[in-house]
Amino acid sequence: MLRYANPKRFMDLSGRVLPWLGAGTAILLSLGLYLGFAAPPDYQQSDTVKIMFIHVPAAWVAMMTYGLMALSAATGLINRHPLADAAAKAAAPLGALFTTLALITGSLWGKPMWGAWWVWDGRLTSFLILLFLYLGYIALWNAIEDEPRAARATAILALVGAVNLPIIEFSVQWWTTLHQGESILRPGGPTISAVFLWPLFAMALGYTLLFFTLWIVRIRTEILNRRARSLMLGLA
Amino acid sequence: MSGFFVMGGYAAFVWPAYGVSALGIIAAVVLCWRGYANAKARLATLEKNTP
Repeated sequence: MLRYANPKRFMDLSGRVLPWLGAGTAILLSLGLYLGFAAPPDYQQSDTVKIMFIHVPAAWVAMMTYGLMALSAATGLINRHPLADAAAKAAAPLGALFTTLALITGSLWGKPMWGAWWVWDGRLTSFLILLFLYLGYIALWNAIEDEPRAARATAILALVGAVNLPIIEFSVQWWTTLHQGESILRPGGPTISAVFLWPLFAMALGYTLLFFTLWIVRIRTEILNRRARSLMLGLA
Repeated sequence: MSGFFVMGGYAAFVWPAYGVSALGIIAAVVLCWRGYANAKARLATLEKNTP
């Protein structure tokens, strides 16, 4: 994989993939929205079930993004690959966005269904920590001027913070949480009805493709900016 | 049709959730795209001025 990771190759390849990714995102999100709004109200949650179609995908992508960011950061740290650093850096603001969306939509569901905008249970608290990790990571990048040093310091933060991912994942099993447990990827199959499962799948895939589209655009931007910086250093 | 907007009495929660998500996503798309366009333009100018 690192073979494709030289910046020139990446620019060529990603330039060709990007329009398809963008189109796929648009189609899946439209389909997901259509299926979601056509779905009947849930017998317990009524129409607030529609919030699930945007809450679960945002939360899933927020966690996936952190995993990819930590993996890129580790690759940058171990292989000293400059593109890996750029990829990790480019992922963070997107991760922060999806985490925020998951927290806000979750809160808007929690108020009518639980009677509270927020509770300090394991899942919610560990997810809030995820947001702080993203924000800390972004702040650290901005705080260190020397790029290779910033890459190393942020990579260590990203890797240490990765311990939060299994905590989020298993929080609903380890502790008595108000947040419900797994209902989709669980032994014995999903416990939710197909009329809700399909819109959820379409939206989850749509959000995933959306992330990859934006991630690639941001990595490309980072590559161009680095080229510009080295040109300016040459001119100075 | 009016039932659609009422959302079973939960309109005050469902629509803000969709509104915030749409706003966040659209803002991200615009910012990412604009950042890319700016970087491209800046690099092109620099390359033109580099002997």
